[in-house]
Amino acid sequence: MSAAAHAAESLRERFRFLGTATGAIGFFLLLLVLAIAALGPFFAPHSPTEPIGVPFERPSAEAPLGYDVLGRDVLSRVLWGGRSVLALAGLATLLAYAAGGLAGLVAGYSRSLVDPIIMRGADVLISFPALLFILVLITGAGTSKAALVAGVAIVQAPLVARILRTATLEQSVRGFVEAAVARGEGTFAVLRREILPNVVSPIAADFGLRFTYSVILVASVNFFGLGLQPPDADWALIISENRDGLTLNPWVILVPAGLIATLTISLNLLGDSVARALGRSRAGVLA
Amino acid sequence: MGLDRSATERYFDWLGGLVRGDLGNSAAGYAQGGELPIWNDVKWKIRNSLVLAGITTLVMVPLALLLGVVSALRAGRPTDHAISVGSLAVISLPEFVIGSLLILVFFAWLDVLPPVSLIAPDVNPLSEPSKLVLPVLTLLGVTTAASIRMVRAGMVEVLGTGYVQMARLNGFRERLVVWRYAIRNALAPSVQVFTQNIQFLIGGIIVTEFLFSYPGLGKELVDAVNIRDVREVQSLAMFIAAVYIFLNLVADLIVVLLVPKLRTSA
Repeated sequence: MSAAAHAAESLRERFRFLGTATGAIGFFLLLLVLAIAALGPFFAPHSPTEPIGVPFERPSAEAPLGYDVLGRDVLSRVLWGGRSVLALAGLATLLAYAAGGLAGLVAGYSRSLVDPIIMRGADVLISFPALLFILVLITGAGTSKAALVAGVAIVQAPLVARILRTATLEQSVRGFVEAAVARGEGTFAVLRREILPNVVSPIAADFGLRFTYSVILVASVNFFGLGLQPPDADWALIISENRDGLTLNPWVILVPAGLIATLTISLNLLGDSVARALGRSRAGVLA
Repeated sequence: MGLDRSATERYFDWLGGLVRGDLGNSAAGYAQGGELPIWNDVKWKIRNSLVLAGITTLVMVPLALLLGVVSALRAGRPTDHAISVGSLAVISLPEFVIGSLLILVFFAWLDVLPPVSLIAPDVNPLSEPSKLVLPVLTLLGVTTAASIRMVRAGMVEVLGTGYVQMARLNGFRERLVVWRYAIRNALAPSVQVFTQNIQFLIGGIIVTEFLFSYPGLGKELVDAVNIRDVREVQSLAMFIAAVYIFLNLVADLIVVLLVPKLRTSA
């Protein structure tokens, strides 16, 4: 097999999850939502914060989705409102992977008291209901994007740590790891060059699920009004602040709710098909 | 408030009160110039939350068992695909999205159910069932979907084992094989699921009560966070966490009772 054919084969292998119906549907729905969130602001006809109409007026030529509680254009607010949830949830997930991943690698590789100490700490964190933890944190730290991101990351990190610890433990008894140790390589080099590349697939299998959970937590806290503050445009916040106008202009609830639903469903479908393609069965449970 | 004493003293005073069922006084009460015991304010809300959680569990368990088993028996066929993809989709939805869409359908369009579930302090929520329907439906979504997937996974595995085949070869009716032989061991991995469901239920109750303005513990907690009533938040959080751990324990015991295999293993 030529090098090019081999590369094409490995590429095809990597994107095998797209061949399944759920994978393809999830992928394209996710692209759609990402496009709306990323490019939306460039197409917004009005300012997302400027009142220009009668509150809760129904759709018209001027405002295709009508107006919200303060007479702002719903379409413009929706087009602006996807960035925050994706950015905050994305950042929280990455932080969770950084912290939880490091803890899991160290715990799985250490074979000393470090392992039980880290993992029992993780158990304690897991045993506290996620949303409750974030609410208590916000009570102490005040409402801010930093508190929200930190809260979601802390809730997710121990779950990442558990998965990575198991995967690392599995790899650390393999011959190539022992060979590296025998060559006299340092712990850090062994972890980075020998173990990390081999635990990528459990990370990939789990990533969609973690990201979905982050989106749900971030959106829920924003819905409580305890994350982003008005006049920020954010899908969850739009739903929360316009609940009273539900019968007057249903679009103001329907569209952002539909977008959040599309985002989380597509993420989970995609995550599920990636997990299946990697040969890992997953029950699709968030935690 | 005992601010003349040291932090350690105040902490043990608070902790001592807590284990004796005294949740302390809310900051809101001091702001009004008197003592306002948190317990008096929340005890009827605890009952309301329990009613909500209880009804949800009563509907969820049989529904999840039924759909999970049906899905497993039809594994790979259209019914199974529909249930699997459907539950995967529902699991991904935040409760406030499910709830908002339900309000949209049942209040804005059909106008058959109320969008808010305000209930007076001395009224039993069970006497106003129409106000409970939408909150319960909202809570059912995520918890049922998660359970269905776990029951299905356990069932598919057990249906392939030798003892199920043996039971079938003995000529037992399929219903007997499924509900007496297979289901028990299919539930063995469910310990974590039950635990997880309680986690979903607590998170879900906080969101759902806030969404429907249902006077329960979750709504009270979010309101307390909103006005930064640290005293109330810490007591409520401790209380909810304690209930959570207690329910986990109960769930573990129930599963051990149900699944004979787990009784002997130490």
